[in-house]
Amino acid sequence: MSRQASRLDPKKVNSEFLTLTYGALVTQMLRDIENVEDVNKQLERIGYNMGMRLIEDFLARTSATRCLEMRETADRIQHAFRIYLNVQPTITNWSPASDEFSLQFETNPLTEFVELPPDLTNLRYSSIISGCIRGALEMVQLEVQCWFVQDQLKGDNVTEIRVKFIRRLEDAIPAGED
Amino acid sequence: MIIYGVYIVSKSGGLIFNLDNNVPRIEHEKTFTYPLDLMLDYNPKKVSVAFNRKDGINVGHVLVAVNGTQVNGATLEDGRDVKEVLENAENYPLNLKFSRPKMTTNEKIFLASMFYPLFAIASQLSPEPKSSGIETLETDSFTLHCFQTLTGVKFIVISETGLSGMDILLRKIYELYSDYALKNPFYSLEMPIRCELFDNKLQALLDLVEKTGTLNLDK
Repeated sequence: MSRQASRLDPKKVNSEFLTLTYGALVTQMLRDIENVEDVNKQLERIGYNMGMRLIEDFLARTSATRCLEMRETADRIQHAFRIYLNVQPTITNWSPASDEFSLQFETNPLTEFVELPPDLTNLRYSSIISGCIRGALEMVQLEVQCWFVQDQLKGDNVTEIRVKFIRRLEDAIPAGED
Repeated sequence: MIIYGVYIVSKSGGLIFNLDNNVPRIEHEKTFTYPLDLMLDYNPKKVSVAFNRKDGINVGHVLVAVNGTQVNGATLEDGRDVKEVLENAENYPLNLKFSRPKMTTNEKIFLASMFYPLFAIASQLSPEPKSSGIETLETDSFTLHCFQTLTGVKFIVISETGLSGMDILLRKIYELYSDYALKNPFYSLEMPIRCELFDNKLQALLDLVEKTGTLNLDK
């Protein structure tokens, strides 16, 4: 199968191609939708829809089993970042109840060539990622909240995404899986 | 290795994909004289053999043609009623063609949605808590292999009995589904899969498995 060879290759396309395409998408959206808040929402929605499909690919590739604790989920997300963006976020800042953690990035491939103009400080440039995490986890019956607390684009040292467990979607769990 | 069919059932229990593969088409044609020595069952939807099997024409086979004219339900293609033609002695000798009944798409959808609760019941009947649903279902003529993903999609393969390594095949089909159905931007989730690329890749995979088995499927 032709797909097989590329499976072993951790990174198939040049990441610059992704960075530039994503940049084009964001600028086009800023042009089409003038309100920055709406752009944030749309990006997050695009990410959500991507996550709903991407999770199947992740499960098919890794044969991962269902997570029964948040720490496992964090590991899986870290793994997914390695597969799809070739970056390894560090998992830190666990809340005492173990229901909340942070993913910290030294580099974010999506923002490699980006400088935010001063009038766009409200733009959450990479919010497609947080949407993606939310969509993917929802398909495996975990409802989470996901947001950026630090962003290198806004002068922080690292990029930090916070993930907070809300609840398990008990009635959506497929029979024979609960 | 014979694979008879592949089905994909969405997480809400609807059939979103089915493929019939390599089902031998059994047809028997024979010239009959009056009176007909087969007991036929005349149903508005089909004419089938009720009793007295002979020459490979088995109970349950349906009448598909009379003297080369196709049978549609209980009437011939030219509008005549099958029952009247077969019961009239003047029409004999008659050449009748019988075949094994084929499932219609509606029947497949019906069966797929019937499997869904069976799967759920199996997991609840289990004496052990946290049991999975049906993974294999075996009969004397075929085995059904089912693999449910964490997201609730079921992949079902119907094959001949006594095959091993079907779980690898099922995982392969899952990979194809995640690649060629879900990454297709024009495919909407939970809807029937009409993606030609997916069809082609799946057919290629099944051909490979039928020729060389599942051992060559690299993981």
